[in-house]
Amino acid sequence: MKLLMCAPRHYAIQYEINPWMKIQNRVQHGLAEAQWLQLYKTLQTLGADISLIPQKKSCPDMVFTANGGIVEGKTFIPSHFRYKQRRGEESAFIRFFREQGFTIRDAARGLYFEGEGDMLHYQDMLFGGFRYRSEIGALQSVSDSLGRRLVSLELSRPHFYHLDTCFLPLDDRSALYYPDAFDSYGRKAIQTFVQNPIAVSREDAYRFACNGLRLGHTVVLNQASRGLKSRLSKLGYKILESPTSEFMKGGGSVKCLLLTL
Amino acid sequence: MKTKSTRFSETVLLHGHIIDSLTFSKVLDRIMEEGARFTIKDIRVGQRKYEQSRASLAIETDSQKKMDALLKNLRNLGAEVMEKEDVQLARAPMNGVFPEGFYTTTNLETWIRIRGQWKKMTREEMDAGIRVNPRTGSAEPVRFAGVRKGDSFVVGQRGVKVVPLERPRDGVLFEFMTSDASTEKPKVAFIRPIAELLRKYRNGKGKVCIVAGPAIIHTGAHHDLSWLIQNGYVHLLFAGNALATHDMEAALYGTSLGMSLESGAVTHGGHEHHLRAINLIRRLGSIRAAVQRGKLRSGIMAACVRKKVPFVLAGSIRDDGPLPEVITDVTKAQQLMREHLKGVDFVLMLATTLHSVATGNLLPARVRTVCVDMNPSAVTKLSDRGTWQSTSLVTDIGYFLRELRSQLQRK
Repeated sequence: MKLLMCAPRHYAIQYEINPWMKIQNRVQHGLAEAQWLQLYKTLQTLGADISLIPQKKSCPDMVFTANGGIVEGKTFIPSHFRYKQRRGEESAFIRFFREQGFTIRDAARGLYFEGEGDMLHYQDMLFGGFRYRSEIGALQSVSDSLGRRLVSLELSRPHFYHLDTCFLPLDDRSALYYPDAFDSYGRKAIQTFVQNPIAVSREDAYRFACNGLRLGHTVVLNQASRGLKSRLSKLGYKILESPTSEFMKGGGSVKCLLLTL
Repeated sequence: MKTKSTRFSETVLLHGHIIDSLTFSKVLDRIMEEGARFTIKDIRVGQRKYEQSRASLAIETDSQKKMDALLKNLRNLGAEVMEKEDVQLARAPMNGVFPEGFYTTTNLETWIRIRGQWKKMTREEMDAGIRVNPRTGSAEPVRFAGVRKGDSFVVGQRGVKVVPLERPRDGVLFEFMTSDASTEKPKVAFIRPIAELLRKYRNGKGKVCIVAGPAIIHTGAHHDLSWLIQNGYVHLLFAGNALATHDMEAALYGTSLGMSLESGAVTHGGHEHHLRAINLIRRLGSIRAAVQRGKLRSGIMAACVRKKVPFVLAGSIRDDGPLPEVITDVTKAQQLMREHLKGVDFVLMLATTLHSVATGNLLPARVRTVCVDMNPSAVTKLSDRGTWQSTSLVTDIGYFLRELRSQLQRK
């Protein structure tokens, strides 16, 4: 699996654009770097091929590469951030992907779209989250452009402002999700399309248990309860915890720090 | 005419995988939760996995505010609002002349769409053009006389929305009445709800206008109308030279067109009475002065002056005199009537065709009117003229006013 990450050289809490962010919550820079490095090494050990994008100084949230856009094959669809604080990242990602020989396709032009943060592959479909960051129209344009069927889900809790904070596809049958982060229609849609939907508890959800990544038979995430661990082990998955407390101050965890290439 | 209960409509389009994601059901649920109604105009469900579905829905709400809120809500769910077009404007070529193809108004609430925004016309008036201030987007009905060269008017039908009248709140009261003129109606039952309305609007709680013709005096009902005015049931009077003249003739000489109102006999020199009455008032300067100087002590006009009920007397070509207060310039009279009608709640049109039609033309459709006339063609004429909100009673005006008064005195 190929991934894109961004080392936290300039990561800090400089503004508040989600309920997790509090300016007075200072980031311990050394710890943040150590946590990021541990994640990087863990993923590498699990066989991931990781590219790096340098962080733009004026973009403290650029470490959350998942929000930069979405990649399919050699095509990159860039994000258009809802908050102006993050808009500086757009050009940095576009430049990077152009230099890497990707075709840039601006499918969400004129609409808010926050990349893989709000759009995840599941089977041959795309699951999209909207309301707080991405707009449903953008999800439609992007899925049209990729020729995929879209299941759009309205998010209903500000703490779970991106789809990847409350929905984690594991394989073609199973996905973790936090039911409270969706409205009844969204829950029903998930239950319709996912054969084995695994609801996580409130405690797990707030520890970003859904914000992880599956690599082979391992699920890398910040932290999970024993209950969740045992449920996943029954499906044949091992949980590997990689602490991200410093990044949770910014409203993100493992998955937010990765963009699938 | 049946009225609809829903009034504002828009069409929205949904497309994409709206069935899979339950977006479609969510949209329908939202519409119902907001108390709006919808009709599915068209739906095409994708047959294969990657095929998208499309649906278009007509949505109806009962206020523009609700519609705006609902559309905002639905837009967030991916619904596209079918854009309606702005109004087309053209300039008046000269004073008193509308641009070619000008939109003519009805007496219903009217909205125009300008720069993508719906604006409500300041008031309702039929048979007018819509003058638009292109800078502010405000729109008002203007008749020929008010047209100034260079003013912008709506032309064509595009971007104009007329709101059908809702069933009136006093519907129960008037439910059994239709605008069909018939002599067969149960008259007492008809007069009762009118009395109830007058009671409701008495003492500053509403504004009642009476449009009256001279037959009121000929039938001896002027006592009853004066009584209504004196007791605060009437707040505005529209009439012509004849009503005022014969009312004062009756007050001064006891006759109407020379006939004794008591005995019915033709009095000696009676045919001159109304001219002498006019002459007296002209000498005194005004009806008001005649009352104030004690020369005029009774009747409809005296009651108006005493109760400070404003009246507009509009002249016509056959008038004797006319009386000093009579306005002979019809466009001026019309303008004055229009101003006085602001805020009116109920109009009672009694035994006059011309003044009733003129008043009806100035009224918004939502103002209830009741037309009483001996002649079925008079009330039919009013309905045919477009003021279909009018209910009518074909009966003798003398009987009507007597019965109305006795109903009001009963309580």
